[in-house]
Amino acid sequence: MTTAIKMNLKYALTAIFLAVFAIFTASASPQDTAKKSDKFDAGKLIIEHISDSHEWHVTGEGENTIALPLPVILYTDKGLEFFCSCNFKHDEATYQGKNYSYKLNEKNQVEVVGANNEVDEAATAKVIDFSITKNVASLFFSAALLLIIFLSVAGSYKKNAGKAPSGLQGFFEPIIIFIRDDIAKQSIGPKYERFMPYLLTVFFFIWFGNLLGMIPLLPGGANLTGNIAVTAVLAVLTFIITTINANKNYWHHVIAMPGVPKPVLLILTPIEIMGVFLRPFVLMIRLFANITAGHIIALSFFCLIFIFGEMNKGLGLGIGVFAVAFNVFMGLLELLVALIQAYVFTLLSAIYFGAALEEPHHHDESIV
Amino acid sequence: MELVKPAIGLVFWMVITFGALFFILAKFAWKPILGMLSEREKTIADSLAEAQKARAEMAALTSKNQDLLNQAKEERNKILHEAKEAADKLKNEMLAKAQQEVEAKIQTAFREIDIQKKAAITEVKNSVGLLALDIAEKVIRKDLKGNAEQLEYVNKLAKESNLN
Repeated sequence: MTTAIKMNLKYALTAIFLAVFAIFTASASPQDTAKKSDKFDAGKLIIEHISDSHEWHVTGEGENTIALPLPVILYTDKGLEFFCSCNFKHDEATYQGKNYSYKLNEKNQVEVVGANNEVDEAATAKVIDFSITKNVASLFFSAALLLIIFLSVAGSYKKNAGKAPSGLQGFFEPIIIFIRDDIAKQSIGPKYERFMPYLLTVFFFIWFGNLLGMIPLLPGGANLTGNIAVTAVLAVLTFIITTINANKNYWHHVIAMPGVPKPVLLILTPIEIMGVFLRPFVLMIRLFANITAGHIIALSFFCLIFIFGEMNKGLGLGIGVFAVAFNVFMGLLELLVALIQAYVFTLLSAIYFGAALEEPHHHDESIV
Repeated sequence: MELVKPAIGLVFWMVITFGALFFILAKFAWKPILGMLSEREKTIADSLAEAQKARAEMAALTSKNQDLLNQAKEERNKILHEAKEAADKLKNEMLAKAQQEVEAKIQTAFREIDIQKKAAITEVKNSVGLLALDIAEKVIRKDLKGNAEQLEYVNKLAKESNLN
């Protein structure tokens, strides 16, 4: 009986949560469209949600916006600028900094405004934006979360030395062992140990980032692991580690695949050299595309409600039921994708490390 | 498109944050966690190996005990067998000795009997001689008449005389 009540409570909570989320999106769009155009622009809304921003939006639009203001840090040719993003409250607002006047453009980028309120393209090009944007703040948050969790897990290992794992430790231990035994040991071989810290950090960073991205409210909601800059840094790190650790055999395989006739090498070598760079590139694109696609699907289905709602309120409500049901299903799928993408990135990184360390086989030598 | 253009600011913060995260976690989380895990696995493996060894030792000990027991049993059987053999031997010896004694005694008895018999025969011979003389005397005394009559008389005398 208690389980039935619990289940009902769970459904009720889910329904309330979804309704609240729907209302956020609902309150976001109509006012927005009222100002600029009559039509609800789903594409713009979706892009805004998955892109970076100078503030951490919570709810509301225009004057009613409730958002966490974030610091703007600009590196200009005249020195550093440091101010609050709350100065850009209105779309048209300009902020008079130490060196220039700034405003945000349509794409949420900081632009330098000249004396006659015209955008100064030359000065804008020299501005480098080091702002703590929504994604940077989310990055700090997930890093802090990882630190708190894993330092406490490490603490309980010290405390429970020689005893069975308990609590968080018990939850993460099988995952850590899985990464060690089924990813690192399998793909890298006996020298797996020196790559373990990177693989573990990458796995949990991506997984936590993915999961935080699925939470629609403040600590989450940023599209961190679906941002190309973040995935690019991770992919470049994998590339650097692979290249640093690569042995003679690896380069031999890249430059002149043993046992392959010379004419074929003319085709194969360029492909192999391209492959060296293509592998991390694909790592970057895969994570970015998968996570961003998940966000886009969820947002698209919520947008459907308002597209149909514009035609007819009843139709919008009817579609809403299906959209919410579908998004619940997609949400469950995305939970899985969050884990799978973390696993795939970690596994492929481990495979590349393994390839870089691979020793020549005996039959290869005999052919050479 | 803005979406696929990495923002320099985010790259900068990502490198710093991820780098710091990596070094802190590597030093203060992954190192102790992985260390403890392998230590625990080693302890478990060692304990298992030890248990295996103890079990093997136990089995060896049991088989050794069995061997000892078997050996003891064999020895006991051997001792029993030897004892029985010794007893048998002794018995046979004693029997043979008894037999010999008995035989010796019988021999002695036979000899005695022989001697007695010879003595008796000698006595009989002597008695017969005397008797014959006696009969001859009586025959002669009764007058030497007919042959037949004389023979009958001898027989009569012989019957009358006590041979024993």
